[in-house]
Amino acid sequence: MDYTPREMMAIMAAREIDDGTIVFCGTGISMLAAIAAKKITSPNCVIFFETGAIDSRLDEIPLVVSDPRVMYGASSTSGMLDAFAAMQNRIIGQYVVGILGAGQIDKFGNLNTTCIGPYEQPKIRFPGSGGGCDVTSFVPKSIIFMQQQKRKFVKKLDYVTSPGYLDGPQGREKAGLLPGGPSVVITNMGTFRFDEQSKEMYLQSTYPGIRPDDILAEMEFEVDSSNVREEIPPTMDELQVLREKCDPHRLICN
Amino acid sequence: MKGNGSKVTSLKEAVRSFIFDRAHISIGGFTVNRNPMAAVHEIIRSKVRDLHLYVHSNGQGVDELIGAGCVKSVEIAYGANGRFAPTCVRFRKAVEQRQIGIEDYTNYQMTLRFLAGAMGLPFLPCRSALGTDIVETWGFSEQSRVNDPKLPDKKLDILDNPFGQWADASKVVLVPAINPDVSFIHVQEADSQGTCKIMGLSFADVEQAKASKRLVITCERLVDTETMRNHPEQNQIPGIYVDAVVEVPYGAYPTACYRCYDYDPVYLHEYYRDAQEDAKNDQNRQRYVYDVEKHQDLLDLVGPERLEGIAADPETGYAVNLQRV
Repeated sequence: MDYTPREMMAIMAAREIDDGTIVFCGTGISMLAAIAAKKITSPNCVIFFETGAIDSRLDEIPLVVSDPRVMYGASSTSGMLDAFAAMQNRIIGQYVVGILGAGQIDKFGNLNTTCIGPYEQPKIRFPGSGGGCDVTSFVPKSIIFMQQQKRKFVKKLDYVTSPGYLDGPQGREKAGLLPGGPSVVITNMGTFRFDEQSKEMYLQSTYPGIRPDDILAEMEFEVDSSNVREEIPPTMDELQVLREKCDPHRLICN
Repeated sequence: MKGNGSKVTSLKEAVRSFIFDRAHISIGGFTVNRNPMAAVHEIIRSKVRDLHLYVHSNGQGVDELIGAGCVKSVEIAYGANGRFAPTCVRFRKAVEQRQIGIEDYTNYQMTLRFLAGAMGLPFLPCRSALGTDIVETWGFSEQSRVNDPKLPDKKLDILDNPFGQWADASKVVLVPAINPDVSFIHVQEADSQGTCKIMGLSFADVEQAKASKRLVITCERLVDTETMRNHPEQNQIPGIYVDAVVEVPYGAYPTACYRCYDYDPVYLHEYYRDAQEDAKNDQNRQRYVYDVEKHQDLLDLVGPERLEGIAADPETGYAVNLQRV
């Protein structure tokens, strides 16, 4: 069965989400992945929006995190103060997994969603942190979506918006951050994880039809690719649920 | 005096009374939801200049204010509109071309800054952004801050936990309070004294409202005070904070207002396309802002069919099956 890289990415992320997890997500593919997790692998996971909506019904896909569609049928709708406090508070925050994307990523999983070029006069200005820096500062685990491109996997970020492992082992602790950091990077070609000791990114898997070298050619920095496996493609069931139940109007996977 | 008297006025009167050149302002809502768009358009028509904006993620309103040339500087967490603008276009252009000054914070930090202002504190702590450029890189120089009595001398600061390792925190980030000269908030219901009922998410509206020196409320419906007091637990902003109340049906249009109407994808997509080019952006503003005298004229221009299309379904609070892309 044919599938698109975007569908593969959403399903890869859905497979990462354990049942019972609280999933913090933004819009677009990260929201689709969270919905897919709930409908395919983890019916008891809870979708959580930075705007303050918790466990919304999501009969229709929201196009923004402030969409009225996140307000309907939620367990509670408060505001940002509550939402971020929940993640900063490790009693509840320990159950949260963040899903987010970025314009640039480095080998320690730090993210740039602010600008390309100098901050004072950027070549390209992006939206900025939003809640991205907050969630990556607070929660123990995050899933990062990236497009596999050399200009996005860079040696040095133009601006560090959201912390990964900062400068490596003990980086977060030295800075005073809560323990955490990205657990997986999911791209349109494969997936990466982070070495437990060095905190450096390594290539974990390639999608069917992609060679490790294809991926490495789309990176500015080097990564260990000695233990790469080929990823299991989406199953018929996964694709069917994704297409028919998660995004029937193709608002995200179009 | 704020007090308990009637604060009901016209939008024109409210905007012209409380806004002025170089004012520090904030607006409520979040990206394409419950932005006080009628007020934003009235601000644009007032031709006010050099505003300093405090923003978390208030997308559409902020982008239209920047595009209209009203804004000199912005303290912001997020300048995008989700699917309707990956980055807000006029915001992006203004920053890239250095037409506005910018200082970046996070959404939580901006919310805490409003809360600090609402609490009468100089700052509040958080554990966000340690080790990042949000802490390290400043948009406004320290000198320009020291020279400006309306800005704190620092963007933020880091404090070693004075309680040792209590709560497992070695350090916290301190973010300075905000007290806007005036804020504009749109709500579903208010009474003449200004007491407000917000349905659905409140975003940071309550903190913004309570931090502000002047507060202008626009509402879908003016409700009599007795009715508002039947369920006081549902009211988030009491009238004591409020300076002006204006009934403006569809006052958040083209952004959404939960249980009243959805966002208007047609307007938002058209805006996004037009915003890419200066001349088209000017034409868009001419048509939808300058050539209409008041918000009702904009609604007439858009026409009843489109408004009917975004009418909220009574159960879900949004327009079910709305054509959105």
